[in-house]
Amino acid sequence: MSLLEIKDLSVTFGGLHALKDLNFHVEEGEIVGVIGPNGAGKTTFFNMISGMVTPTSGEILFEGESMIGLDPNQVTQRGISRTFQNVRLFANMTILENVMVAQHCRTNKGVWGSLFNTAAFRQEEKEIREHGEKVLGFFGTRLIGYRLEQPASVLSYANRRRLEIARAMATKPRLLLLDEPVAGMNPMESAELTDLIGKLRSEWGFTIVMIEHDMDVVRDVSDRVVVLDHGETLAQGSFDEVSSNPEVIEAYLGRPLEKRK
Amino acid sequence: MTTAIRAKGAAKTNVDKFLTLLRVLLIGAISVGLLAFIAQQIDPGNAFAKWTHDGQEANRLTGEQFKGLIVSGLSQGAMYGLIALGYSMVYGVLGFINFAHGEVFMVGAFTGFIMSNKFDEAGLWEGGAFIPTVLFTVLIATLIATGLAVLMERVAYRPLRGSPRLIPLITSIGVSFFIQNAVILLFGAGAKSYPPNPDWLQDDWILGIEGVKIVVIIVAAISMAGLWYFVERTKTGKAMRAVAEDKEIASLMGINVNRTIVTTFAVGGAMAGIGGMLWGLLFRSVIATTGFLPGIKAFTAAVVGGVGNLGGAMAGGVALGGAESLAPLTLLEPLGISGVSQLRDAVSFVLLILVLLIKPTGLFGERLSSDDRA
Amino acid sequence: MTATTVSNSGSANEPLSIDAVSKGAFDFDMRAALTSGLILALSLVFIALCGIPEGLNERLLIKPVLSLGYLSLLWLPLLFGWLSGNETVLEGMVATKKGARDIVRGLFVGLIGGLGLSLLTVLMDAFDLRDPLVNWSPATEEVLQFSRSIGFGVIAWPVLGAILGAFGAALHVMPEKIRKAVMAGLGTVLSFAIFATFIVDVADFLDDLLYARRGGLKWGWAIALFVIGAGASFLGGGRKISEMKSSYQAATGPAKRQQTTTLILLSLAALIIIPLITGKITQELFANIGIFLLLALGLNIVVGLAGILDLGYVAFFAVGGYTTAVLTSPNRGPDFEGFPTLPWWGALLVTIIIAGLVGLFIGAPVIRMRGDYLAIVTLGFGEIIRLLFLSDWLNGWFNGAQGITNVPPADFGFFSVKGTDPRSVFYLVLFFAAISIYVSWRLERSRLGRAWMAIREDESVAEAMGINTVNMKLMAFVVGAVLASFSGAIFAAKVGSIFPTSFLILVSVIILVVVIVGGMGNIMGIIVGSVVLIGVLGGPKQPGLLAEFSEYKLLIYGALLVVMMLKRPEGLVPNARRSRELHQDEFLQDAWLKGEVDTDDDMVDPSTGGEGTVAPA
Repeated sequence: MSLLEIKDLSVTFGGLHALKDLNFHVEEGEIVGVIGPNGAGKTTFFNMISGMVTPTSGEILFEGESMIGLDPNQVTQRGISRTFQNVRLFANMTILENVMVAQHCRTNKGVWGSLFNTAAFRQEEKEIREHGEKVLGFFGTRLIGYRLEQPASVLSYANRRRLEIARAMATKPRLLLLDEPVAGMNPMESAELTDLIGKLRSEWGFTIVMIEHDMDVVRDVSDRVVVLDHGETLAQGSFDEVSSNPEVIEAYLGRPLEKRK
Repeated sequence: MTTAIRAKGAAKTNVDKFLTLLRVLLIGAISVGLLAFIAQQIDPGNAFAKWTHDGQEANRLTGEQFKGLIVSGLSQGAMYGLIALGYSMVYGVLGFINFAHGEVFMVGAFTGFIMSNKFDEAGLWEGGAFIPTVLFTVLIATLIATGLAVLMERVAYRPLRGSPRLIPLITSIGVSFFIQNAVILLFGAGAKSYPPNPDWLQDDWILGIEGVKIVVIIVAAISMAGLWYFVERTKTGKAMRAVAEDKEIASLMGINVNRTIVTTFAVGGAMAGIGGMLWGLLFRSVIATTGFLPGIKAFTAAVVGGVGNLGGAMAGGVALGGAESLAPLTLLEPLGISGVSQLRDAVSFVLLILVLLIKPTGLFGERLSSDDRA
Repeated sequence: MTATTVSNSGSANEPLSIDAVSKGAFDFDMRAALTSGLILALSLVFIALCGIPEGLNERLLIKPVLSLGYLSLLWLPLLFGWLSGNETVLEGMVATKKGARDIVRGLFVGLIGGLGLSLLTVLMDAFDLRDPLVNWSPATEEVLQFSRSIGFGVIAWPVLGAILGAFGAALHVMPEKIRKAVMAGLGTVLSFAIFATFIVDVADFLDDLLYARRGGLKWGWAIALFVIGAGASFLGGGRKISEMKSSYQAATGPAKRQQTTTLILLSLAALIIIPLITGKITQELFANIGIFLLLALGLNIVVGLAGILDLGYVAFFAVGGYTTAVLTSPNRGPDFEGFPTLPWWGALLVTIIIAGLVGLFIGAPVIRMRGDYLAIVTLGFGEIIRLLFLSDWLNGWFNGAQGITNVPPADFGFFSVKGTDPRSVFYLVLFFAAISIYVSWRLERSRLGRAWMAIREDESVAEAMGINTVNMKLMAFVVGAVLASFSGAIFAAKVGSIFPTSFLILVSVIILVVVIVGGMGNIMGIIVGSVVLIGVLGGPKQPGLLAEFSEYKLLIYGALLVVMMLKRPEGLVPNARRSRELHQDEFLQDAWLKGEVDTDDDMVDPSTGGEGTVAPA
């Protein structure tokens, strides 16, 4: 059974087909790259998996269970977490708080625990904090130490992207959706992050679906690449297969002149 | 945009279940009330009516009463509509509820009161001089209301453009409070009476409907049509719609955003001023708190019709006025609730909640720029 | 703002010219000064026409010289003078050179303001506009003429305005030490004069010593107090306090915790002892402050922590009051015939449950609405609840407009809480306030607090990060409702009767002002807000220290709300995080100056094309 299986998924926004009869699956432990020209419906695809947009028709199965109609928080609770294309951190919360709050759905102490400062409550807070520091430590020393107590808004752009990944990791997901993780990074940083994405699987055991425009990154880490265009799957397969597919080249570069009618 | 769009067949949380229950209960209560009303119109002594009225027979509404309710609902609704236009336009353009808009309406009514009394002393509020005097008074009341709305924008709202959403709303509550109490201190807290209208205005014109109510409805309709023309057909109106859609792009297209926003406030203020004057003619009494409830209700009307949608605002106003006038006697009374006229205000709030529960975008849909919909 | 512009031209619209030293005393921006002068004049005329000077004239501050009425006019030229000479400090540089120029400018502004009142004095003499303007009266005229003659008034106002304007501006010019001393002196005199009732109530013996028979400081003592205040400041009284404050702020870890505990215990002890030695007036004041503090603390959880603008908060106050009254009073509606009356604490338990349920009932439908709709709908609910209590329909339960009377005191065996003994009310309130403060404090620093914070920042991302936003917001709503119901229950026992008119929308707005003026999201701020506003100005119906202000306090509340929102939206005692939210640009500028901004890489955000902040979309 696939970890995530999507069958005949369609969504329309007022007559516009953002996605059309999409079929897609991810196996446990895979890294899948999703590519496609701008406006191909990639982000809508993520929004749909994470419950922010409800599909018009079709089925999303995660570990064999339907995810249709779940609220985003329930999706995260089931084990799918994501980052955003236009980095959306809690800018005025500290870096540590950003990853602590992401463990909300993995913890359960409520009003009573916090009011009476019970032993269980303190234990839970301690665990939340430790786990938060652990995910931040994944990115080296950049996000820990004196940075823990600083608001996220002071971070540099690349570090914000890293913090966003850390925040998604903190929710303890099984499937991680990364929306353009290296956008806006320089080649050195993106090479480093590519490495880290590999480690996310090997060391943390996450299955990863990643939208990315940077073909080097896609080539380096993806087991499989899915190409979307106009809301439809154009091609699937290994990077080399896909990159030599004439339809894909056409979608990206346009139709050669002589073929145009 | 990653706005959450709610699913049709979403997994029900407890809150969802409760809301469904609430919708069912509200609609159920309304249906039962309506059925009971129909039943009592047919037979005032039916078993249900006797049961709800402690064994007494229900009072059947006569056609005359029914007509009275509809006409007063319409004329009141027309005024709500006029005020609602201002809310709707400002919400459409700036994306915040100008809580103090009701006070603009009140100031219009107050100006009308001061001027009409002065004219009455001079003997100009009767006979042949009445119509030109009223027109002049409406003009001045409108001008003052417009001026107040513009001043409000300049002093209180312009410095706050771009701050978090709720900040201007809180500010406008303060503005509302301030204007209300300033009027109390300047002009006294008591109710102020307009001089009596000439007899011909109070007489029945057609179908036994008072002239003044017909005038109110007609004037409101004309103002509405004028506003519609202004927004849809003139260059300034186009600029307004462009600013409502996207301020940045509009300014890149050479539109003076500041001036357009001021115009929006001015036009909204003018409508409220006319509304205030009509209120004065209709109820002939004004007090510093006059603006508060009609203001809130006008906002309700704007939401009921769909915020940002001018036709919707007017229709929402009429719907609200009608509901407020009819519901107490046609829904609540047949259910055996006593003292229904006290619950008029509650009716409009329940209507607001009902609309937001069932169709949050209003009956005719919202017209807002994308970043205001969040 | 272009902080680095150094202008040599000194053009009309350039407030930041640095080399203004060589300019003459009259070389200032005439148009701007004229504008602020005219605004001053209009404000003064407005205040005069509102009847404030006349209404407050009876209340003498300093025996023959100054009444509260005149003060209500005179503080404005002072303020405008101060503002007109306001210096701009940017990156440690003082941008406007201070000097005679400032004083002349302040004088000019004050003069124009005073002329406005002169004009009003003349007009009042010449025309009769009393018909619409109720304060166009001989009494106001007399105040404007200083009870002498029209000529005296016409000349005196501009002179006074000019002097005060110049003085206000001069406060900038004098050395800081002297300025502080002058301010402290003025502050001492005015607080002794204004808070006379309170001071006499606390220390009876001062009455004959300091104050004249019909009120007002004796002028000799006024001078003495000024000297005492100024002297204390000059000799470094203020410095001690600020040193202690900064040493407290600098402390960390266990040392800080210890200091905090000591502080809390000390203030608690003070709060328990003070009512024992003061008179009834102060005790009553304390009780009122406490009741509104309780409400404000509850609203702070809803607005300050969860970011839900609830304008119908009074509904829960009403539910608390009515539930308690219905359960304890024998005079409740006839439909409760045969239902046993409960003791107050028993009723309180039921009240908590009912308030929580009502909170759920009102909260569930509104919680998913957008913020501003929610505000209006909750306001609607607040009105509906009041209308229901008032209606004939539920007359059998709540007695409609007659209300429920004879609510018995809250009896705890060893001590009973009743309105005639405000001290007992205060102790009860103190107990519940302590609970509320503890609740707010614990919740803010817990998993729930963090979730609320995230919801305030970006609701849809919070949802995507696994936070059930609906449940979290509902929880805040219910906690707020329960805290408000405490206040309602105490209110019922204190007043002894409950009427629908005690629960107008007005109450919601005033609590909101308290929360905002104090500082949203900050417990200390809420306390300061309630003490300053409820204590000085008073609640919706409860008089504050300035009982004379009762007529004008709503105007002041409205004005305060606007001014705070425009000038200091984070409140008097800001919450660090709140101010960051409200002033992100400035905060980042500061952080950049201090070198705290992360520069690990120099890539910029391609979507915004600059090193801008992450704006919540």
